[in-house]
Amino acid sequence: MTTVTHKIKESSGDRTFMIVVYAILAVVLIVVLYPLIYILSSSFSSPSAVSAGRVWLWPVDFSLRGYETLFKNPQVLTGYGNSLFYTASGTIISVTLTVMMAYPLSRRSFFGRNAIMMIVTFTMLFSGGLIPTYMVVRELGMIDTRWALIIPNAVWVWQVIIARSFFQSSIPDELVEASEIDGCSDLRFMGSVVIPLSKPIIAVLVLMYAVGQWNAYFDALIYLKTADKYPLQLILRSIIIQNNSGNSVMDAMKQVERQQLSELLKYSLIVVATLPVLIIYPFVQRHFVQGMLVGSVKG
Amino acid sequence: MEATGKRLSTRKSIARHWQLYLVIAPPLLFFLIFKYYPMLNAVLAFKDYYVTKGIWGSPWVGFKNFELFFENPMFWSLVKNTLLISFYLLLAGFPIPILLALMLNEVRNRKFKRFMQLVTFAPYFISTVVMVSIIMLFLAPRLGFVNVFMNHLGMDSINFLGKPGMFSSIYVWSDIWQTAGYSAVIYLAALSAVDPTLYEAAKVDGASRFQKIWNVDLPGILPTITIILILNVGSVMAIGFEKIYLLQNNLNIANSEIIATYVYRVGLLNANYSFATAVGLFNSVINLVLLFSINALARRFSKSSIW
Repeated sequence: MTTVTHKIKESSGDRTFMIVVYAILAVVLIVVLYPLIYILSSSFSSPSAVSAGRVWLWPVDFSLRGYETLFKNPQVLTGYGNSLFYTASGTIISVTLTVMMAYPLSRRSFFGRNAIMMIVTFTMLFSGGLIPTYMVVRELGMIDTRWALIIPNAVWVWQVIIARSFFQSSIPDELVEASEIDGCSDLRFMGSVVIPLSKPIIAVLVLMYAVGQWNAYFDALIYLKTADKYPLQLILRSIIIQNNSGNSVMDAMKQVERQQLSELLKYSLIVVATLPVLIIYPFVQRHFVQGMLVGSVKG
Repeated sequence: MEATGKRLSTRKSIARHWQLYLVIAPPLLFFLIFKYYPMLNAVLAFKDYYVTKGIWGSPWVGFKNFELFFENPMFWSLVKNTLLISFYLLLAGFPIPILLALMLNEVRNRKFKRFMQLVTFAPYFISTVVMVSIIMLFLAPRLGFVNVFMNHLGMDSINFLGKPGMFSSIYVWSDIWQTAGYSAVIYLAALSAVDPTLYEAAKVDGASRFQKIWNVDLPGILPTITIILILNVGSVMAIGFEKIYLLQNNLNIANSEIIATYVYRVGLLNANYSFATAVGLFNSVINLVLLFSINALARRFSKSSIW
């Protein structure tokens, strides 16, 4: 039936309008997509092609030199390992704490729920600032420990709001009442009813926190001092932005070759650092959208 | 009578649901330690900090640190840079996702629409460091893609990141590139919730596509637009510190030093804790004032506000 309504002949004005819309969208598509393709193609090209500016769309003189060099660099490997560790442990802690906060707040009968909600959302509007927060982390003896990257930013208010909205709309009050009559304790109810029913929201939380943790770098910059604890993003910054090209592997090579390779290395590094997120991206996108919608319904 | 009954049931309810309080205690403790305790620590702004005496033992100095900041020759340039970059971002970045959503909403080809969304959403997942790396690689004076391309067209190379005047544009447009697709999702959702009978009515009245967008779509998502606008204005002073910090260099610093990067430099790198806390507090308070004002304005002129 809907197709019939669409088949109604469009006026010429509408047709022109649609042509303009499609044209603009096509330009947007190219503007967004092209840089991504360019980076990917460069990373698979030969060092000389990259530094001569010969790459335009597809890889030129296909080569894996960039990636080979990268995975021989001990700094990059340590960074990768560290980032995996921070992402895994940080996500587990963050998701656990978020669910622990959001579920009680979703219960209508929970006394103090509005007050706690106010306390939590206020932190979105106002904060003590960088230095006072730094002082707390220092007082707790977390400076230059791995904890500093996992704990101080563990819970995001927005995630609590999203999770709370989900619990409110998907765990019916009748279920709570019925379980209470059966003498089921709140903890048991959470463990054997709430958690199994909440797989979608837990997936959203896991994805959001994992992406956030993988991409984070500022906490590492201010709290870490020892290089073996650096996450990949910090290594990336030192190699690309500060131009300390991972010298250790390239010392022996000739000057020109070294320079060419360091240029190529940057492209490969960008791809490698974004890879984990890109792999889960299509999956992430769907859930992200859902999560955002659930959250904005309340918002 | 009712009040006592209610209080009794409250007490009973707390006692019965003690486990829920047990569950919420650890995350609540997190907020107290890492969000509220720092707010308390912000008294540093009114003190002269001595490491040996600690925050509470250090002497009070009133508004001295604020006065120092206001009299600082950098003060106006910091405020100007912060406001300029954030209002530029607001003005350019706010309408684009709305336009994108309105256009995408017109697309009837499902596959194209989905592909468009998939692509425009993707840059959102790029980390700040990678984003800045990309900007630097593309805008590099010698080998950067943009300059190589311009050379091909017979133009001279430009050291983009070395020109202070270009800093805000580089920051703002790369930000739009990265987040427009993501921000459009909320508007798309709002558009899908517009009452279909309004479209039918518009069709009966012989409205063109443009008239339909203007008279049905836009009013339909106006509440959403207002809320997002309030939220954006509310974060005006909290513009992406990390990205600006990473994009800074000695050549563009005149236009790229904002309050937040200054706090980091003076506060953490030079260990000037009290002064930097005062500067940071000034920033947060301005931000809060902006948020309250825009919210009050929105409440007066439209029906939607965040509280």
